[in-house]
Amino acid sequence: MYALNYQRAKSLDEAVKLLGAEPEAKLMAGGQTLIPTLKARLAQPSHLIDLARVAELKGIEVKDGVLIIGAMSKHYEVMTSAVVQKAIPGLANMASLIGDLQVRNMGTMGGSIANNDPAADYPAGVLAHNVTIVTNKREIKADDYFQGMFATALEEGEIIIKLLWPLPKKSAYSKFEHPASGYAMAGTCIAQLADGSVRVGVTGAGSSGAFRWTEAEEALAKSFSLKALEGLKVDPETCLGDLHAPPEYRAHLVGVMAKRALEKML
Amino acid sequence: MSKIEMTVNGKTVAGEAEDRTLLVNFLRDNLGLTGTHVGCDTSQCGCCTIHLNGDAIKSCTMLAIQAEGADIVTIEGMAKGEKLHPVQQAFTECHGLQCGFCTPGMIMTSAAILKQTPNPTEHDIVKGLHGNLCRCTGYVNIVKSVKRAAEIINSGA
Ligand SMILES: Cc1cc2nc3c(=O)[nH]c(=O)nc-3n(C[C@H](O)[C@H](O)[C@H](O)COP(=O)(O)OP(=O)(O)OC[C@H]3O[C@@H](n4cnc5c(N)ncnc54)[C@H](O)[C@@H]3O)c2cc1C
Ligand code: FES
Ligand code: FES
Repeated sequence: MYALNYQRAKSLDEAVKLLGAEPEAKLMAGGQTLIPTLKARLAQPSHLIDLARVAELKGIEVKDGVLIIGAMSKHYEVMTSAVVQKAIPGLANMASLIGDLQVRNMGTMGGSIANNDPAADYPAGVLAHNVTIVTNKREIKADDYFQGMFATALEEGEIIIKLLWPLPKKSAYSKFEHPASGYAMAGTCIAQLADGSVRVGVTGAGSSGAFRWTEAEEALAKSFSLKALEGLKVDPETCLGDLHAPPEYRAHLVGVMAKRALEKML
Repeated sequence: MSKIEMTVNGKTVAGEAEDRTLLVNFLRDNLGLTGTHVGCDTSQCGCCTIHLNGDAIKSCTMLAIQAEGADIVTIEGMAKGEKLHPVQQAFTECHGLQCGFCTPGMIMTSAAILKQTPNPTEHDIVKGLHGNLCRCTGYVNIVKSVKRAAEIINSGA
């Protein structure tokens, strides 16, 4: 790891100030992506601003039909929170599938969404549930937020404060794990929202990161049944291919994961 | 360099380290607690697992300075004098180790699993140990050891 200066922000204001003060400063949440990146010398921030003690980024509650999750909520908290389990059980389940026990004890929802790894789990949930991402500057809709692999709408100096998850009628996620890393080779999240509309978010498979599978959404809106998904397939041209799985296989997995998620909802 | 202070195995300790120093290196090099191992540089093997304020975490994926003020338990803090921790006892009885390199991490994670799930199924154990790799691949006896540890703990011994 290159030398760096560590700073601990005690409030959101202080974090914003510290971030603005140094052009090469970087935020740190759980460090579960950032520290491996630093260890591999793939990044060289001059300053690390630790968000762990910023109270404004914490807390999980339901208010006016929306589940509000602070950016610094750890995967373990999301998985075990009685509030999340009651409000969006599919989200608690999704959190339980992220990484391993140790990673879940450190990694956060804000960090995962800011990083936007193409194989991360939360992006599929954020797209399916039509989540709003609240930052120190504005509110960003899920559909405008993800902009390709590791790319998001976040600007310089922007900090995710919380995520607003509108309570769905029901939702579920199914993931085909990479057997070694545990990341998603394909993960499909289906949500039937309060207004009855259906959204399908897909992670792990897309060659430009998480995406909405609109054909499946239309089919499920007409008939919310396994039959509706018969014969539907994501275009392999839009899928990732690597040593672990060629695009055709990933495209196939998306459909299988969609059926498995739907089965949990029927 | 900053002075970093924390509680490790019940004692308040302090040391000088650079901001970039990983917690695992602080434990091993500054404090001489070499029971916590480093088995990879990609945060995948879990050999470096310790308890931070009661939670199992990978000490190679955290800076020492992040742990300022924290309460840490390492493998050296598990036994009570001569009396092994039930998880250590179970690993001994069930031959839950071969070369022993992964064992400190396996024990720290297993102890955390048993705190959350006192009567784990085989599935709970395998899922719980997902972040711990054994290069000797002695997983069968590791799983047996965790089951045995649950018995010892639940019998109140
Ligand atoms: C072994 C291993 C297995 C894993 N498996 C999975 C998996 O199966 N599925 C999965 O989804 N993920 C997985 N992960 C990643 C894990 O979920 C990370 O915790 C997560 O991606 C990043 O969250 P973090 O809190 O650790 O963020 P950090 O690593 O601290 O930060 C990541 C990035 O986000 C930025 N950032 C952090 N917080 C904010 C904020 N509030 N506002 C703006 N920017 C911010 C940081 O500057 C940095 O660029 C795995 C990680 C490891 C080490
Ligand atoms: S040394 Fe920490 S996970 Fe391998
Ligand atoms: S016993 Fe040798 S690495 Fe696990």
